Amino acid sequence: MMRLPKFEYHVPQTIAEAVRIMGDAGPAGQFVAGGTDLYPNMKRRQQTPKTVISVMRLAELNQITGDGNSGLRIGASVTLTDICDNPIINRDYPVVAKAARTISTPILRNMGTIGGNLLLDTRCNYYDQNYEWRKGINFCLKKDGDVCWVAPGSSKCWAVQSSDLVPVMVAIGAKLRFASTLGERVIDAAGLYNDDGIDYLHKRPDELLVDIQLPPTNGWRASYQKLRRRGAFDFPVLGVATWISTDRDTVKDARIVLGGIAPSPVEIKEAATALIGNPLTDEPIQAAAEAAYIKARPLDNTDFVYQWRKQMARQYTLRALRDLIM
Amino acid sequence: MDKKLNIVGKPFRKVDARAKCVGQTKFADDIVLPRMLFCKMLRSHLPHALIKSIDVSKALALPGVFAVLTGKELPIPYGILPVSQDEHALCIDKVRFIGDPVAAVAAIDEDVAFDAMNLIEVEYEPLNTISTIEEAVLIEEPRIHDYGDVGNIHKKVSLEFGNVEDGFAEADLVREDIFFYEGNTHLPMEQHAAVAHFDSDGKITLWSSTQTPHYVHRALAKVLGLPASHIRVIATPNGGGFGGKSDPFNHEVVVCKLSMMTGRPVKVTLTREEVFYCHRGRHPVLMKVKTGVKNDGAITAMHFQSYLDGGAYGSYGVASTFYTGALQTVTYDVPRYKFQGIRTFTNKPPCGPKRGHGTPQPRYALEVQLDKIAEQLKLDPVAIRRNHLVPPNTVTANYLRIGSMGLGACIDKVAEGSRWSERFTWDQSNRKLPFGKGIGIACSSYICGAGLPIYWNNMPQSGVQLRLDRQGGVCVMCGSTDIGQGSDSILAYIVAEVLGIDPFDIRVITADTDLTPVDLGSYSSRVTLMTGNAAIQAAERARELLVMAVAEKLGVPVENVSLAERRVFDVENPDVGVSFAEAIVLAESKFGTIGTVGSYTPPVSPGKFKGSGVGPSPAYSYSAAVAEVDVDPDTGIVVVERVWIAHDIGRSINPMLVMGQVEGSVYMGLGEILMEEMVYRDNRNVVHKFPSMLEYKSPTTMEMCDVKTYLIEDPDPNGPYGAKEVGQGPLLPVPPAVANAVYNAVGVRIDEVPITPEKVMRALKDKARGRGGRYGPDSVPPVAWPEPLKVLTPAEGGDGSEMPRVAVHS
Amino acid sequence: MPAHSKKHIRFTLNGEPAEVAFAPHKTLLEVLREDLNLTGTKHGCELGECGTCAVLVDGRSILSCLMLGLDAEDREVKTIEGMANGAELHPLQQTFADLGAAQCGYCSPGFLLVAEELLEKSPNPSRAEIQEALSGNLCRCTGYIKIYEAVELAAARMRGEEMELPKESIYGLE
Repeated sequence: MMRLPKFEYHVPQTIAEAVRIMGDAGPAGQFVAGGTDLYPNMKRRQQTPKTVISVMRLAELNQITGDGNSGLRIGASVTLTDICDNPIINRDYPVVAKAARTISTPILRNMGTIGGNLLLDTRCNYYDQNYEWRKGINFCLKKDGDVCWVAPGSSKCWAVQSSDLVPVMVAIGAKLRFASTLGERVIDAAGLYNDDGIDYLHKRPDELLVDIQLPPTNGWRASYQKLRRRGAFDFPVLGVATWISTDRDTVKDARIVLGGIAPSPVEIKEAATALIGNPLTDEPIQAAAEAAYIKARPLDNTDFVYQWRKQMARQYTLRALRDLIM
Repeated sequence: MDKKLNIVGKPFRKVDARAKCVGQTKFADDIVLPRMLFCKMLRSHLPHALIKSIDVSKALALPGVFAVLTGKELPIPYGILPVSQDEHALCIDKVRFIGDPVAAVAAIDEDVAFDAMNLIEVEYEPLNTISTIEEAVLIEEPRIHDYGDVGNIHKKVSLEFGNVEDGFAEADLVREDIFFYEGNTHLPMEQHAAVAHFDSDGKITLWSSTQTPHYVHRALAKVLGLPASHIRVIATPNGGGFGGKSDPFNHEVVVCKLSMMTGRPVKVTLTREEVFYCHRGRHPVLMKVKTGVKNDGAITAMHFQSYLDGGAYGSYGVASTFYTGALQTVTYDVPRYKFQGIRTFTNKPPCGPKRGHGTPQPRYALEVQLDKIAEQLKLDPVAIRRNHLVPPNTVTANYLRIGSMGLGACIDKVAEGSRWSERFTWDQSNRKLPFGKGIGIACSSYICGAGLPIYWNNMPQSGVQLRLDRQGGVCVMCGSTDIGQGSDSILAYIVAEVLGIDPFDIRVITADTDLTPVDLGSYSSRVTLMTGNAAIQAAERARELLVMAVAEKLGVPVENVSLAERRVFDVENPDVGVSFAEAIVLAESKFGTIGTVGSYTPPVSPGKFKGSGVGPSPAYSYSAAVAEVDVDPDTGIVVVERVWIAHDIGRSINPMLVMGQVEGSVYMGLGEILMEEMVYRDNRNVVHKFPSMLEYKSPTTMEMCDVKTYLIEDPDPNGPYGAKEVGQGPLLPVPPAVANAVYNAVGVRIDEVPITPEKVMRALKDKARGRGGRYGPDSVPPVAWPEPLKVLTPAEGGDGSEMPRVAVHS
Repeated sequence: MPAHSKKHIRFTLNGEPAEVAFAPHKTLLEVLREDLNLTGTKHGCELGECGTCAVLVDGRSILSCLMLGLDAEDREVKTIEGMANGAELHPLQQTFADLGAAQCGYCSPGFLLVAEELLEKSPNPSRAEIQEALSGNLCRCTGYIKIYEAVELAAARMRGEEMELPKESIYGLE
């Protein structure tokens, strides 16, 4: 049986208490929500926090308020199942519900939270392995070693951003609110992610994600397409999130964000450029997909042959953009 | 008298089904004994290395640790085959793959055992690795084992039945193709577990999730140095086996030894990663097939070569090697046949028997090649198969005796069900289905038990003992192991049928070497046929005693006494009779305690040549499948929409359980053809690429296709009530049927399993560039084959013996 | 609180009040199997990759291998042992047994509880809905088909309908 290492566990009732315990714990502290990312990592000894602080009983993190007119706030501890089933999200932000429904499995979505998904550890099949396995390859840069086996000449870790909701939140321009003993701050989702598999978040470890703020739905449309081997369980090995706002038939603004191919979500500005000022017809869509293909540079550290994943960036961008045609 | 059957053929629930649905079934890891200790095994993190030293002092000093064991204390080797006694419970001098165990700990709980395991210090001297078939053929040193044919070649086989060159000369078309079938693993949901208890009388009991308690019993006796009579092995219900729990395993030996050292029960429960290291799964096999055919598709000769990647130990590998060449001849008539096979050692977890043992790989090659031949000859793929079937009651060129043969009926059913003729054409310019949609057919056959036991002996392969008590109870005891296929239930159904009682009246005790007569185990699809026949014999002997006693009591001739509905009565006057329990009282009064036995030994095979031991079977099951696929030409992603499958079962003892085995086989075949791969990092130490449930891709509900099943009933004289196997055979046609359907859909040949989207896209690109549109291997390693052992075929007047080798004088 | 000493919790287990003490880093799976002797809950990976260890917490299926035992405090936990109503099996348990949906039976507890959760929410699910709801439970034996049929038959019975199972699912096609 794979078992957890020993640790101290706290279940604070208020945000203030949670961030205080975290402040006391220092670098050995770790917040946990649904546990579906942290506990497997702990069992594999990828992470061994001495203090684990649950955020599941923080009332403020368990609410969904607002709607498409005002914008929507989703508490970070809301489970993915509740996201999938929420009528307002399904009505006003169907792309969020759709992307959430592709995450792992129904059972796991009953546990996993939106906050946990947005902060998901980067993944790599040289890293997401038991201690003994990693010893067999003499460890890797992200944990206990000094070589990135995906790109042995690289000083950077290439573990992959593997959340379905991250590219969606970046594409639709969601904002994230954090709390810590130093106070609160709100940032654009795009500003959270860093292109490094180890330091993959622009966030101090003691900062607690409180909620996710979705912008009002004043005329924009968004879509998400996911590539994975199986229709359940599997993380995205490519995710394409698209967002456009239109002025009658003309695309006024656009964002195309790829997930699952790099340490951070990758915004394809060239794809947006190809769309902006044009109607959403086949030619600009093809050009945007070509731009996504050129910019997508997946490496050999997930399921599937990476060259094929690169090819699929074109296909899946095409599909995601075609989903936007009304 | 053709007696009406009351139980056989009816869809009773399994006798153990309810216990499984309420959480009462005790699997090995569910066993808890007082004062039980927990074992963890330290495994090698290097693929090939000499062990220079092992220091266990820190582990032993850890509070809560009761014993630490190393290989020196278990010096006697073992292995499933007498010719491959090459395993040690813990490595002594050398490790051969990442995951090979070197030391073991028994501690108060698993946490302490885990910590102690990590305190063991092992000093290794790394050796160069052998990671592929080709490397094993070309590189002789370092040798992974110091036995085997030469260098890192474990076994070479070379057999020729009739002169294949004559056959190729007669042919109108000779094709040569090369295929590769990647290895994959069983992935039972239950991770292997075992509990050992060495008692105060010096006897040991092992509970283990094993498919073969008898072989584990033999291995323990050898390795532990205890009399076999002091060892009891109980196979707990297996949470899935599929062949993966058929070897005696190191962890089973280790917990026994640790229990002997500590005097306390010791449990081991493997992690999922460790289950990948146990492996014994499908061998990766590279195959070269040369087949000659007449213009009507009749085969004139076949030369089949297989190259197996065996991994680090022998396991069943010698048998696996023969199986890659044995069953090519039992579906379509092959008048001359040559087989050459080698099994190599590599620094990977050992391969062994997985569902279909050694035959899905050659079946893939044969059925895909036949599809190519059919296209070249402009023959319909259904017709080319249907028109050249092996006739029933014949002996093949390689001396396999065919009894009942229902493949023709199977083909007819799936062709009709899939509306084959309305939907299939070779003509790409005049397609019947839209581009991207396709159908394909393949057929297969499998053994119903091996003709010979694994170790040479003249004893039965299966024994059943029945005890009837005066209260009316019937207890059936048999060494067979229920791995989910329903073997316990089969015993109950058959005994109930013979004795005229209800299957749920019967107590079934199985898989306990102290209590049950030997059955060799749940492998080679032998259990229904062999235990079924043994059960019939035991039950008929019991019935005879009851009939004699009741006939005397009723004053009627014994021929007039019948058993049904829990009564024993006069057939001419059915109201006159006694209850089943009263019948036992009468019989016990007359004969003493009522106990009977039955046993089964397969018929002698007509083959007498060296190597004829693999392939013979009391009967052969047959299957045909049509797959319907949807291939996305933009991505290469293959979706299998539906499989029509017909299986020649002989007779269903329980059709519902037969259906379940067919559907499960289709599932597993689907996983193999689409996504399952046991693959290794060549850049990092031959480490398993992803030993996890997440990355080893097992199909979920979302990938499983619709299955349309037909059961063909054509009773085989050797089967109990005519029954043949179903646990393994229906897997075999699925991979090639899908491959042929992919070709029909988008016109590319993927001569390599699994068919992944990357491979389809590469083949489509190849085709777009005006080339053949094929993905697959194009060469085989250079092997110095020995001169084949030549056998005259039955048609040539052979008697099954090899021809004397002609001395060459210079 | 030192990380090693046992913690004590109260919760509702299979409809009854329960108390148990265990090391705080133990998962609910370990607590159920090792501290409460409820070995009906199985495990296949302990990493959330197979669904075998599913149990219901407050009516929702969760992976007991990824939930701390401590988090069961004050909650309602239902395991396979609590699914039957006394001696009477739950309709799903009956149909799983009767239709061959349990082959080796190792994944069955997880499937049964997730199916119960489904039928609670959706008493007349389509085949596609069943597939989706059970997509987080792996089975290596059945190919899932007998499981779908068992869920459909149990659902019909729970709705008070008697459903005839198609002959082809037991005897094959003609």
